[in-house]
Amino acid sequence: MWENELFFEAVPLLLEAFIKVTLVVTVLGTLIAVVLGLVWAIAVRELPPLLAAPLRFLVDFIRMTPLPVHLLVIYYAFNSLSAMTVGILVIGVHYSTYMAESYRAGIESIRSGQWEAATALSLPASRTWRAVILPQAIRNTLPSLGNWAIAMFKDTPFLIFISVPEMVTRAREFGGQHFTYVEAMTVAGVLFLLASYPTAVLMRKLEKKLAY
Amino acid sequence: MPTDQNPDPATTSHPHNGGVPRIQFEDVVKKFGSTTVLEGLNFSVDRGERVTLIGPSGSGKTTILRLLMTLEELTDGYVWVDGDPLTHDRRDGKRVELKPKQVSAVRKRIGMVFQQFNLFPNMTVLQNIIEAPVHVLGQSTEQARTKALELLDRVGLGDRGDAHPMQLSGGQQQRVAIARALAMDPEILLLDEVTSALDPELVGEVLGVLQDLAATTDITMLIVTHEMQFAQDVSDRVMMFDSGHIIEEGLPAKIFSDPDNERTRQFLQAVR
Amino acid sequence: MSDFFSGVATALPRLLGEGLLATLVSFAGGAVVMVLVAVVLGLVEHQAPAWLAVIARVIVELFRGSSLVVQLFFFFYVIPTLTGVDLGSTWTAIIALGLNYGAYGAEVVRGSLNAVPRGQWETTTALSMPWATKMRRVIWPQAWALMLPGFNNLMVMLIKGTAVVSLVLLSDITFEADQLRRQVGLWPAFLSALVIYYLIALVVSTVMRWGEGRAQRRLGLGDFQIRQARRDAAKVLAGAAAAEAGSGGSGARREGRDT
Repeated sequence: MWENELFFEAVPLLLEAFIKVTLVVTVLGTLIAVVLGLVWAIAVRELPPLLAAPLRFLVDFIRMTPLPVHLLVIYYAFNSLSAMTVGILVIGVHYSTYMAESYRAGIESIRSGQWEAATALSLPASRTWRAVILPQAIRNTLPSLGNWAIAMFKDTPFLIFISVPEMVTRAREFGGQHFTYVEAMTVAGVLFLLASYPTAVLMRKLEKKLAY
Repeated sequence: MPTDQNPDPATTSHPHNGGVPRIQFEDVVKKFGSTTVLEGLNFSVDRGERVTLIGPSGSGKTTILRLLMTLEELTDGYVWVDGDPLTHDRRDGKRVELKPKQVSAVRKRIGMVFQQFNLFPNMTVLQNIIEAPVHVLGQSTEQARTKALELLDRVGLGDRGDAHPMQLSGGQQQRVAIARALAMDPEILLLDEVTSALDPELVGEVLGVLQDLAATTDITMLIVTHEMQFAQDVSDRVMMFDSGHIIEEGLPAKIFSDPDNERTRQFLQAVR
Repeated sequence: MSDFFSGVATALPRLLGEGLLATLVSFAGGAVVMVLVAVVLGLVEHQAPAWLAVIARVIVELFRGSSLVVQLFFFFYVIPTLTGVDLGSTWTAIIALGLNYGAYGAEVVRGSLNAVPRGQWETTTALSMPWATKMRRVIWPQAWALMLPGFNNLMVMLIKGTAVVSLVLLSDITFEADQLRRQVGLWPAFLSALVIYYLIALVVSTVMRWGEGRAQRRLGLGDFQIRQARRDAAKVLAGAAAAEAGSGGSGARREGRDT
């Protein structure tokens, strides 16, 4: 059932995939999502309705449709991009639609008095956003963004659809080669737990700390 | 209310222990974490007696009601109801925790009205009142309904049985809560700041119902309130609490007009 | 342009036939398992004695902490090796989806039980209600209204999650679209698939919202509480702790246990 030999063979292999692919995708994907999410949130608020409405629809559409399909579409549509690049871009954009919601909630949580005070001081819109609204909104939004990053991390195995050699893809290959999946899948699962559980606990702490 | 329809439980349920107090607190200790709220508290309440607990907030009044209702756990000591142990019994000098079933049997003699009414929002007024009689006491729906309508009449809401709690004013909700507690035929009624959450103009209607209840039944009442006039009107005895101790007790006329204790005097001046 | 539409016309029958069937079976089965798992684990976490609650908590963290795809492969490749029981693709998909999203759902259930005001729990004690009566008649109807927004989000996540079932050899919409790609072209195949997914999510979400409104109106819940429930729902989804109730929650928890 369980062979230690296979286990010890799988650990370094999967650790390598974990660090070189899974973590890289998560970090770069998060960067994209954090920036784009903010862009969506502000654009939907500031653009004229004629532009804001279709943008909001597009963001909602992406959020409500499956990541694997997005991966496949972009992978086939842009032949010149490597699978890894497609994976990072698509997962980043996908999660930016979730983060946009988090930003929106953070922005809406700011009392109208803040906007009114900025208007009363004749601050231009860009200054109001940068100096008044965002510093407050992002503080409220941080834990939520962190949680979406963890969710993204757990969704990186979806990249198996476009054969990016991330950890679970490698675990399945490894299992196929050795005609047993027990050791490799266990290692993959445990590595996910080891990485995501402490991060999630940290986020809960951060959330409590930032709450007041 | 005609007595043949609603026999006073004080004289029917436990005729055998006539000399035993209705409620007795014996060496009661209550701690919340490292804070001691009650430290070796002793007092008793006779059957049919109306006792008002007054004192500054944090002095332990509400905790006493909550201990009686088993909403808080006793840290040490005993509470007796009609001589029966409420949550802990003394056996061979040892303090023994009772089983939930035993606790429940005694607790059914006690009803409580809360500051925040706590009506069930998923039920109509009538359903709120018949819920426990049907599902706890095993009464038939018809029987419980008849009784509930009587009680609603009594609290002046005979026509609101089908309303939802959220459609009622605070005063009306609290009157329904009183009817709901009475539907269980309690021998003891605990009133925990029942008017504190109400707008001033709604306080009177609730106090009116309670005054009527005090005048026409023999239910033992333990009252925590800031309405001093009401306390004076309905109480047989007033107990002044400070830091978990009874610092003065006596007839309302005496306490409210000429207290012996300086703290009591200060407190009464502050709340008036 | 006409190529595009003729492509869509060719693709739709297959997407809406076998593909849609596999997707809907995975979704419906997954949803049933999800709700069952969520209710059982959430109730145990909130109401059971500490040792049992800890077990439930560990199960929840295991399924939330590892990835859906890992769990799917675990049920597909590993469980048969370890136990000799082969569930087959469909059941594997249903169970993996149900357990994964059910673990998130357990947090929704637990958070909603916490959010039922402390006074409600206390009143059931004051009225001497037995546990079953208390839960069935008073607490659950209120908690249910609070948990529907969370389940709404999870249902949409679940629909999206079904796209992984082709990894265990089910021919769902995603699989069919990938097959059709060679025949009718990339955009007709995948855009049709995306629109179908979107419409399913829209229908499910609309039905759930209708149910939410009904349940909440029955409780006379204020707008504030409804918004609060929605916010908590979004948090749980993102993997955060269910709304840690303040003083009310812990009190309710204690009350909930001793009667």
